[in-house]
Amino acid sequence: MAKSIDVSDLNIYYGDFLAVEGVNMTIRARSVTAFIGPSGCGKSTFLRSLNRMHEVIPGARVEGKVVVDGQSLYGPDIDPVAVRREIGMVFQRPNPFPTMSIYENVLAGSRLNSKRIKKSEADDIVEKSLKGANLWNEVKDRLGKPGMGLSGGQQQRLCIARAIAVEPQVLLMDEPCSALDPISTSAIEDLIHELKSDYTIVIVTHNMQQAARVSDDTGFFNLKAVGEPGHLVEFNPTKKMFSNPDNESTEAYISGRFG
Amino acid sequence: MTVLETPPTAQRDALPLVAPQLPRWAPALALVIAAAGAGILALLLSWGLTGTLLATVLLLALVLPLWSRFVEGGRRAKDRLATILVWSTFGVAMIPLTTLLWQVIDNGAGVLSGQFFSYSMRNVVGEGGGIYHAIVGTLIITLWATAISVPVGVLAAVYLVEYGENRLPARIVTFLVDVMTGIPSIVAGLFAYALFVIFFGPGVRMGFGGSVALAVLMIPIVVRSTEEMLKLVPNELREASYALGVPKWRTITKVVIPTSLGGIITGVTLAIARVAGETAPLLIIAGKTDSVNFNAFAERMQSLPVFIYYSFTQPGVPPQYGQERAWGAALVLIALVMVLNLIARIIGRIFAPSKR
Repeated sequence: MAKSIDVSDLNIYYGDFLAVEGVNMTIRARSVTAFIGPSGCGKSTFLRSLNRMHEVIPGARVEGKVVVDGQSLYGPDIDPVAVRREIGMVFQRPNPFPTMSIYENVLAGSRLNSKRIKKSEADDIVEKSLKGANLWNEVKDRLGKPGMGLSGGQQQRLCIARAIAVEPQVLLMDEPCSALDPISTSAIEDLIHELKSDYTIVIVTHNMQQAARVSDDTGFFNLKAVGEPGHLVEFNPTKKMFSNPDNESTEAYISGRFG
Repeated sequence: MTVLETPPTAQRDALPLVAPQLPRWAPALALVIAAAGAGILALLLSWGLTGTLLATVLLLALVLPLWSRFVEGGRRAKDRLATILVWSTFGVAMIPLTTLLWQVIDNGAGVLSGQFFSYSMRNVVGEGGGIYHAIVGTLIITLWATAISVPVGVLAAVYLVEYGENRLPARIVTFLVDVMTGIPSIVAGLFAYALFVIFFGPGVRMGFGGSVALAVLMIPIVVRSTEEMLKLVPNELREASYALGVPKWRTITKVVIPTSLGGIITGVTLAIARVAGETAPLLIIAGKTDSVNFNAFAERMQSLPVFIYYSFTQPGVPPQYGQERAWGAALVLIALVMVLNLIARIIGRIFAPSKR
């Protein structure tokens, strides 16, 4: 149930400001694609444009095409809400709903849409999603407790469980480990490896080792200069990217000579 | 023979972490000294209680910093002086509050009885009677005012925070809300009267008119407090909801408002408490009566503030009973507002997102 994403000539604007320019890439289904690059180069902006989340910011708009399963996401009769149901997202900071219990948080996708599900079915979804997010054993005895009571790493895995409970085609992750300690990070990286068989995963990270560890393909974003828009410098299989990149600035960035 | 100059060795003092300090009981002792000094002065010059207290504070502000200056140094002395100033201004601020409460309780507690709460003033001259009709009126009028202003106020705040995006319409609404905050209550009453005259002709009096006037006063308070509460909801929660494929209106009704519900209810309750004591608009449009009236849409309706006003200005013959009832009603009104405040705090605590 995973889909690939084709991006062609994508320009992303905030009002009049061109933030990301001319991105072309194909994100393969059932694989992990990582985006690396210095801060402010438009990785997150690009990621958010893949499920139309960046339009939430007033004035943000997009030119170009993002095609999933033969449909252009920015076509005139596309419903952004439907897009987000198929392309889920996990954010930088864990953001469980504070008014809901762990159980309700996992079911938030259907509960907030007032879908009626049988109790037994709901229990199954919660167990499956929490197991999928490697959190079940830690929380199975306190599903009724608030999600905010968990540790940061557990909260982030709860957010992943919440995202996969709606069974999206694609899972976008915006620096999912940047607020977590190494142990939680490793738990989430293991999880990404497991989820890869069912989902197309796109991850933004500042941690190059992480990109090398978890991803199959890597995209390197950079700014031409300060104030210029960000652009995709290189997009290649991760192995090639980290051993023999095509572009000089990629090599400089990866080897730590700048950024 | 040459004299070799020994190079000056850089000598550092021991770390100056230890400094002399006044003992813990020093402020208490200084207070006793100041009080004694003021007492002697008061005896010599035959001052009253106020003068003695004032002299005590002044002497304390002189004695303690001076003592501290010689023992502890300038910085500590300034600290002591500032502490005395802060405490004494706090005391000054408490004076009106406590004397007001004391006066109302002292004058009003005597009249409270079962009869006072369960009788109206119908056909009562002199002793007896009660404020049942005024309590009923105040409750009904504020209830209707709340029913009008809460939907309008909360939805206006939702528009400002979630949809307005600080564009021109939103800025106009914000400006108007600011202007409305400053409307004198008598003007709100005149507005409600003028509005109802259009439909019911001149001389109209009804409780619902009072509710409209109070709603005019309540709406800006509700908008402001709700707006602040909605702004406190982190954007991350909205994005989390959008990312699950939840439409904006469901995100607002099921994530944003529940998250801030405690604060919104607190704000609404404080707004109710604020308008429950309004007199001027009710004087104009709700009128005055001695009878119980449960129907907000017909006839005059008594309320506590108006009852207090008339009982004090027209106490009847002999005047002492009317004045007693006015104090009693004032005490009930204060208690009512205080209870509302307490309820607001309790509700705010119940609905606040818990961590455990």
